Amino acid sequence: MTASVAIIDYGSGNLRSAAKAFERSVRALRADADVAVTADPDVVRRADRIVLPGVGAFEDCMNGLLAVRGMRQALDERVIQGGAPFLGICVGMQLMATEGHEKGVFAGLNWIMGPVVRLEPRGGLKVPHMGWNTLRITQPHPLLANIPDGEAGLHAYFVHSYHLVTADDRQLFAVAEYGQQVTACVGRDNLFGTQFHPEKSQTLGLTLIENFLEWRP
Amino acid sequence: MTLKTRIIPCLDVKDGRVVKGVQFVDLVDAGDPVAAAIAYDAAGADELCFLDITASAENRDTIFDVVARTAEQCFMPVTVGGGVRTIEDIRKLLLSGADKVSINTAAVNDPDFVERAADKFGDQCIVVSVDARRRQTVSVGGANRSDWEVFTHGGRNPTGLDAVEFAVRMVQRGAGELLVTSMDRDGTKAGFDLELTRTIADAVHVPVIASGGVGSLDDLVDGVRIGHANAVLAASIFHFGTFTIAEAKAYLAEHGIPMRLD
Repeated sequence: MTASVAIIDYGSGNLRSAAKAFERSVRALRADADVAVTADPDVVRRADRIVLPGVGAFEDCMNGLLAVRGMRQALDERVIQGGAPFLGICVGMQLMATEGHEKGVFAGLNWIMGPVVRLEPRGGLKVPHMGWNTLRITQPHPLLANIPDGEAGLHAYFVHSYHLVTADDRQLFAVAEYGQQVTACVGRDNLFGTQFHPEKSQTLGLTLIENFLEWRP
Repeated sequence: MTLKTRIIPCLDVKDGRVVKGVQFVDLVDAGDPVAAAIAYDAAGADELCFLDITASAENRDTIFDVVARTAEQCFMPVTVGGGVRTIEDIRKLLLSGADKVSINTAAVNDPDFVERAADKFGDQCIVVSVDARRRQTVSVGGANRSDWEVFTHGGRNPTGLDAVEFAVRMVQRGAGELLVTSMDRDGTKAGFDLELTRTIADAVHVPVIASGGVGSLDDLVDGVRIGHANAVLAASIFHFGTFTIAEAKAYLAEHGIPMRLD
C-alpha cells in the first residue's frame, strides 16, 4: 500500500525544497510513498505522515496556519488523537511550542512545553545563528539514528534568531553550542521538531528525513 | 562544537543565464545557472548566491524558474538578490526555493521595506546588500578615519549615505545579515577592503558576508581573521577554476578557521 506524506502549505516556507528532499529520501529508501504539498485538511486527515515547514515570524506563521480553514482541527485529529508521525521544521517546529515571544507573545500549538525566545548575542557571537553547526544529541531518538554528533559529527544548517526553550528536559533531544545551548531537536511520542533545516542539511538532513519516513512511534 | 565559517560562491544571472560562465571540467553548459549550482552543491559550497542582473522587466521572471529548478536538485541554502523590491517578490522567491533574499536599492530608497519584510518573513531571511566605495580618509584629531559611501544599481549610483551608518540602521530595521561589497575592490583580485568589512562587522550584531576583490586563498583567510567576516563570498576564483571549494575550505581550516568539511 502506498504511504502518504503531507507537507502542509499555509503560505509560509520553503515548500519546494522540503518536498524535493522528501521525494529524494523516498527514492533512496525505495519506498512506495506519495509526497503531497497540501492546504487541504482532508488530505492531512488521511496522511500517514505530516510535515509542518515554516519560514518567517512566529505570529505571521501561526496566523497563516490558523487561516487555513479546518487545518488546526485536522492536525489535532490526525496527529494528537490519531498518532500520525509529525515533523516540524524551523518555525514549523517553533509553532509546536506553548507560545512564541517574537514581536509580542502569541500562543502556539502547545504540543511541546516551553516558550520560543530570542537568542541573545553572547561573547561577540552574531544573531541570527546562521550557518552550519554540529549537534549534541542529549538523548537517543529514532530520527537521530546514524547521525554522528559532537565536534567531528555531521553538520546541520541553522538560520534563526529564536529558539524553543523546553520546560521539560525529556522533550529535548539535541542541542547546538553557540555561546549558549541552542535547542536543535524537540519531541515527544509521535511528534518531532528540528530548529535546523533538514532539507538543506545535506547528509545529516537526508538521513533524518529517511529516519522520519521509517519511524513507527 | 562551533558555528563554521561559510564559503559562498556567487553567480551573476542575466535573463536566466550565468553571465561570466563557470568553467568546471565536467560542466557541459557553462552558462546554465542550475548546472553550476549543482556543481557547487556537490563541491561542498556552504551556501549559494544568485545575483539577478536582468535589466528588462519582461525577463524578470526568469530568476524564479532558475531558483525553482535549482531547488529541485540542490539541497544547499540559496540566497537571491537583484531587483527585490516588493513583499511579493520575496514571497515568490521563497516559494521558488530561496532561503534568503538580498535587498540593495530598495533598502536605500525605502528603509521601511526592510522592516516590513523582516516582520513578514523574519529577520533571518532578510539580507541587506551594502555596496560601498571608499570616499576619502579624513583626519580626525590627528588620527586618520576611513569613510565609505553607499552605492546602488550595481555600484553605479552614489547615494551620499555613509556605509557604516547605513549598515547599522539596516540592522535596526530588521536585516538579519549584511552582504558587504567593496565596489573599489570588486573584480580587482586585490583582496577584500578589510577595513570596510571589519568596521561594519564590529558595529553590528548580525553576521557579515565579505565580498569584492578575492584573488587568493589568503584573501579569504584575511576576510575572516582581519575583516571579522562570518562568511566569505567569491565569484571568479571559483568560476574559473583557480581554486576549488574544497581547496579553499582546506586552506582556511589549516589556518585555524572552523570549516564544515563533511
